[in-house]
Amino acid sequence: MANDSTSSVSLSRTFLTGLWHENPVLRLLLGMCPTLAVTAAVKPALTMGLSVIFVLLCSNIVVSLMRNLLKPHLRILMFTLTISTFVTIADLFLKAFAPVMSETLGPYVPLIIVNCIIICRAEACASKNTLLVSVLDALGMGAGFTLILCVLAGIRELLATGRVFEIQMMPGEFVPWAAMGMPVGAFITLGLLLGLANLITKKKI
Amino acid sequence: MNTVQILLMGFISVVIVNNLVFTKFLGICPYLGVSGRIDMAFGMGCAVTFVVTLSGTLTWLIDHLILMPLGLEVTRYVCFILVIAGAVQLVEMYVRKFFPSLYDSFGIFLPLITTNCAILGLCLFINLWGIDNLLEAVVLSAGAGIGFTLAICIMAGIRENLNLADVPDSLKGAPITLITAGLLTLAFMGFAGMIR
Repeated sequence: MANDSTSSVSLSRTFLTGLWHENPVLRLLLGMCPTLAVTAAVKPALTMGLSVIFVLLCSNIVVSLMRNLLKPHLRILMFTLTISTFVTIADLFLKAFAPVMSETLGPYVPLIIVNCIIICRAEACASKNTLLVSVLDALGMGAGFTLILCVLAGIRELLATGRVFEIQMMPGEFVPWAAMGMPVGAFITLGLLLGLANLITKKKI
Repeated sequence: MNTVQILLMGFISVVIVNNLVFTKFLGICPYLGVSGRIDMAFGMGCAVTFVVTLSGTLTWLIDHLILMPLGLEVTRYVCFILVIAGAVQLVEMYVRKFFPSLYDSFGIFLPLITTNCAILGLCLFINLWGIDNLLEAVVLSAGAGIGFTLAICIMAGIRENLNLADVPDSLKGAPITLITAGLLTLAFMGFAGMIR
């Protein structure tokens, strides 16, 4: 029994590290391009987050299952091929069931292939660990990524249009900050968010 | 407009007005990671320019001569990433043989060019913009590489001076780099609308 409880604790920790301690965006600075590009509004950010969770989960499962067959010099190629297959599936799915959203996201859906988070988790976690650990790691990292995406998109959408999730939030006389919807807003908001995360971590210690 | 004018406009547009780093957020990882010193930034820019020109041309050829006639557009992403990985392997072997010191200082960032979004992004944008002329595809690919080099060198120059500045503790490193990038983007927004 004691063994069981310790292993379940370590498993839940695997899930939670992705959310804060090793949050892919705030801590590891991975996956910056989609983080900056799709966060002008919450809806596309959420769609992007969910697609990344799907691809990350599937690729971690496949890589974890074939980890004993991998040859060291061919592994990156195998990772990218696995990932691009699942991204093609996600892209076709979005095109079929959410054509408007697919148009908004444009080339950023196929660009999930080169999202560093996914290849990093395949290399650092899935190619060394069992299926269960890899699945939890994928879910934790994916959730951490989606969380930051939504926070960033929420701030930018609120300041750029006065609405969040297309619901009016600010009083009528609020003057929208157009710059927040542009690339400038993305860079500066993310910079300040990273600074804030650093500040919180320092306070704790 | 004659062909030369179209090519020239396309080139200026992709280098300055639609710079991949500043307006499309592509290639941010090396842009933040390798922009510490100006000589390394320039080396990285050259490597990316070479890979992006090669893979932009090759993917256009593959797309138009093999995938489209055979109706295999579904496998487009898999083919593109294979071409890019091959081109990066080529550059890696070349740099290791002829510039060993540069090879050591790049470390992990050289193989990571494969996952540089600017390269796959450009191949996809060429497809999206509906470029149907090989020459235009080559010029746009080279322009994108030069635009990336320009962006990363400007950034490295600023960061070398930033080392001497008194930055608040929690903003040191990546946060201040991102804020600087934001201000640079603001400057480049002045070019917006100059050419379509």
